[in-house]
Amino acid sequence: MATGTEPPSTEPHPPGGVRGAGRAAIAAPHLRTDRWWLAPAATAAGLLAFIAYSTWRAFANADYYAAPYVSPFYSPCLAENCRPMHAGPNAEIFGGWWGISPAIIILIFPLGFRLTCYYYRKAYYRGFWASPPACAVAEPHTKYTGETRFPLILQNIHRYFFYAAIVVAGILTYDTVLSFRDEHYRWGHMGLGTLVFLVNITLIWAYTISCHSCRHIVGGKLKHFSRHPVRYRAWQFVGRLNARHMLLAWASLVSVALADFYVYLVASGVFDDPRFF
Amino acid sequence: MSSYEARFKVWRGDVDGGGLEDFAVEVNDGEVVLDIIHRLQATQAPDLAVRWNCKAGKCGSCSAEINGRPRLMCMTRMSVFDRAETITVTPLRAFPVIRDLVTDVGFNYRKAREVPAFVPPEGVGPGEYRMFQEDVDRSQEFRKCIECFLCQDTCHVVRDHEENKTAFAGPRFLMRVAELDMHPLDAAEESGLDRKKTAQDEHGLGYCNITKCCTEVCPEGIKITDNALIPLKERAVDRKYDPLVWLGSKIRRR
Amino acid sequence: MSVVERQEWDVVVVGAGGAGLRAAVEARERGARTAVICKSLFGKAHTVMAEGGIAAAMANANEHDNWQVHFRDTMRGGKFLNQWRMAELHAQEAPDRVWELETWGALFDRTKDGRISQRNFGGHEYPRLAHVGDRTGLELIRTLQQKIVALQQEDFRETGDYESRLKVFQECTVTRVLKDGPRVSGVFAYERESGRFFVLEAPAVVVATGGIGKSFKVTSNSWEYTGDGHALALLAGAPLLNMEFVQFHPTGMVWPPSVKGILVTESVRGDGGVLRNSEGKRFMFDYVPDVFKEKYAESEEEGDRWYEDPDHNRRPPELLPRDEVARAINAEVKAGRGSPHGGVFLDVSTRMPAETIKRRLPSMYHQFKELADVDITAEAMEVGPTCHYVMGGIAVDSDTAAARGVPGLFAAGEVAGGMHGSNRLGGNSLSDLLVFGRRAGLHAAQYAAGADVRPPVHDADLAVAEEEALRPFSGDPAENPYTLHHELQQAMNDLVGIIRRQGEMEQALERLAELRVRAARAGVEGHRQFNPGWHLALDLRNMLLVSECVARAALERTESRGGHTREDHPTMERTWRNVNLLCRLTDDATGVGLDRETTDPIRPDLLALFEKEELVKYLAEEELYE
Repeated sequence: MATGTEPPSTEPHPPGGVRGAGRAAIAAPHLRTDRWWLAPAATAAGLLAFIAYSTWRAFANADYYAAPYVSPFYSPCLAENCRPMHAGPNAEIFGGWWGISPAIIILIFPLGFRLTCYYYRKAYYRGFWASPPACAVAEPHTKYTGETRFPLILQNIHRYFFYAAIVVAGILTYDTVLSFRDEHYRWGHMGLGTLVFLVNITLIWAYTISCHSCRHIVGGKLKHFSRHPVRYRAWQFVGRLNARHMLLAWASLVSVALADFYVYLVASGVFDDPRFF
Repeated sequence: MSSYEARFKVWRGDVDGGGLEDFAVEVNDGEVVLDIIHRLQATQAPDLAVRWNCKAGKCGSCSAEINGRPRLMCMTRMSVFDRAETITVTPLRAFPVIRDLVTDVGFNYRKAREVPAFVPPEGVGPGEYRMFQEDVDRSQEFRKCIECFLCQDTCHVVRDHEENKTAFAGPRFLMRVAELDMHPLDAAEESGLDRKKTAQDEHGLGYCNITKCCTEVCPEGIKITDNALIPLKERAVDRKYDPLVWLGSKIRRR
Repeated sequence: MSVVERQEWDVVVVGAGGAGLRAAVEARERGARTAVICKSLFGKAHTVMAEGGIAAAMANANEHDNWQVHFRDTMRGGKFLNQWRMAELHAQEAPDRVWELETWGALFDRTKDGRISQRNFGGHEYPRLAHVGDRTGLELIRTLQQKIVALQQEDFRETGDYESRLKVFQECTVTRVLKDGPRVSGVFAYERESGRFFVLEAPAVVVATGGIGKSFKVTSNSWEYTGDGHALALLAGAPLLNMEFVQFHPTGMVWPPSVKGILVTESVRGDGGVLRNSEGKRFMFDYVPDVFKEKYAESEEEGDRWYEDPDHNRRPPELLPRDEVARAINAEVKAGRGSPHGGVFLDVSTRMPAETIKRRLPSMYHQFKELADVDITAEAMEVGPTCHYVMGGIAVDSDTAAARGVPGLFAAGEVAGGMHGSNRLGGNSLSDLLVFGRRAGLHAAQYAAGADVRPPVHDADLAVAEEEALRPFSGDPAENPYTLHHELQQAMNDLVGIIRRQGEMEQALERLAELRVRAARAGVEGHRQFNPGWHLALDLRNMLLVSECVARAALERTESRGGHTREDHPTMERTWRNVNLLCRLTDDATGVGLDRETTDPIRPDLLALFEKEELVKYLAEEELYE
């Protein structure tokens, strides 16, 4: 077909990859000479570190509240076994039967959001699955169906996790507002923790808003931007953030862990929250 | 002006076999890999097969893999390599080889035919098309594509799995679907063709796991993944996985 | 003799650039079974290199524009040597051809009110070039390519075979047009991939192979531009017209050496770029020729005001037709006022904000950044003249694009002569491809439908063609085709280049004769499968033939006009205005001979579009008062 004097072959393709029949005979799975493994290795290491930390903290069921700060891992707190937080994000929806850490209930949502996020998908497909490990580096799998069937076809529900993530971000914003109190719940105060929360919530929002689904919903789905000038502007704004989605994904991942760790330090008494006013 | 002797390994052979051949060749200031391949042709290997045309990154003919990375030979300057380094040039490894650096890229031309063409709107004559710049910007980005097929080459879906070539159109042609779906005057829908749905059902959009290698290798800097493939996935979600949208479209059709 | 595969088609189009594809679309839509043959992959044709735009008087940017103004600009640019009927058809039909592209899916840049945006270009009175950034040629080729695919999809729905009525033979080269008596009967070709020969039998053949730039050393043209169509027509008995007119684009890259010649689009100047010499002077003000004096600004201030207010100011001289600018740059460099690498400076960085440059000239930005490590938003480019286009070509009938003297042979695009006279305006090339590509396809299809019997292909001719094509494999490889090509390019560049002298051209003819003898011994190693050495050895025949035409015609025309500048005859002579030079193969087929002919007088209603004062500069007395 390259020259087109013969009809295109209709034979079924023999399975195989870069070393398969017909391809240029090169034994090496790849010929890259740069440190291509660095990026997937760093990604995997970063994600593993977060998984380890968050697993410990989520199951710890302790040291997540130090008035006026509540750890983002435990907010909102939806079981009876939650620590009382004055005007805090408590709601005993799950009642008394919930025995384990209440973080588990709520963490499903941000976790789902990040798990189905288009950036994180790239990151773990490359870093954990080696599918592919790096560009033009042969992957070790003999079969590949991508996101065409269960379970990976579920990645398509990213948009629902996005809606949930908006709610969660709203609650964390509320928590940040609450952090403008002192330990006696009086308003108009601020400590180092408030600053940590402010940075965290900014990054959380930036990451959430920069999501590809959000970009689609605010304007990307339109055929004629010219007929929707406001949504066009919104789409452009989200588009600019979206270009930094990877950066925001990592920054917000680190900031949320740091915010939690800060609360842990204060709650466990290792560290006293310095008050500014 | 300084020149030096560089060491090259160039894959030579055909479908029956072949291997990397060593060459030592002169390199001058400002040259690109394609210049060196041409020098090999003119001085050491007159029958070295290579495709090329414009030599200015505009036609997308001289695609190859240089040190294992899919690139255009005409846009890869020799100055990016260390002088002591041995530079390896091989044909694209996702397509059947014909000879030396030339591969059979017929896969791409077959896929091009499978994407239904632009459907002109009815009742709008030539000269009456009115489109606004902000409405054509998105599709224009995709039309920068020079069809070098580096994205098709690097995409592991077909590079590592020959059997997926039947079901998967590859980034270039999924981008073509996106381009048409975003074209402000494409009347496919009115003619009963739902490009969003066919992207997944017929062109294998689901195979894409958005690992972004296509974007990484694109010599035109087109954001294939972020601007074409992911928006297309979202559009398919509208059609197939969003019950609200599905319900809405059912009601509206009544 | 081996058995060569034969296929029957109604129309065969040689070349898959803009003209070839447009011809194929038309022929297929008129019901002809059409085959396209191209040397490269489908969609890689040299048309992709066109940057600036498609000239068409759509009057989107300036309402005063119409076909008459476009016609006038074209004739002025060509110094009145144009085949005026072609220029007229071209100006009249170009807008329809552009609008038609939109219905096939093309996406041009838009005006505020949603129409096709048009930009300024050298020699055009109004902003006239429909464009897509600076990659208009790519848009054109892709649109036509996709239109072909659309037609194939239509055929697939009806017949179950994509290629039943329209087929593209990629990476195949035609070496001979076959004839039965005086009539065309098909083409003889080889497949580059396998080296196999095949024959397409067809009563009508459209040649649309583009130009000849690869005969010159510094050129903006790709390897395909080896004058194949010119040579095929010549060998088939058709004459070539005015081959001395070769356009040197004023702005090609000059550094680094490996990209020397690659084009820097004229839109850089259309959008405000200025030319300066090493002393920082905008030298173009010193080079406005008398015939253009009233149309161009006399001061930098006036030229600068024109970009904002074109109705009350005259345009800057950077936007003179290409031949004038190329000569001016050449003169500056010769006078020792050139840039470090032997060009002059072309600067947009001081004229536009960086963001605007990146938006309006993205591929230029990219090209300089990647290839020369120059950031054009911060520093000036170095540019110099580069061989770009041949105005001369196959002599054709203006209305039907039929080659003169060979029934069944048609030509369109750069390979056809006449349309552009002695110098082509930027932007007129893409519109030429569309207007005459369509006409060639239309008339080829009509001709094929009217042929009651298919002219036979004769076995004896095939044997000759096959022997000719296989010759480089016979005997010792005495001459390296790459070396021969290199020497040819050097000779043409040095001796028949931008400024020509009698002695040098005579020398060139001697060299060409000598090269032809050596080329007959050119040999190659290896086998027939994708062997570039072999391909080049075969292309050498074409380049040598065409180069000889250029040199002979250039020696004959003792004046300077457009793309032909004689140092020994520096002025434009009105007596040469109506003289065409026709090259024909000599009877023994070993070289080319020249004929002169007088052109048809320009139709009075077209002449009336010009002021008398302007016409006296070009036309001879007796032409004026007829």
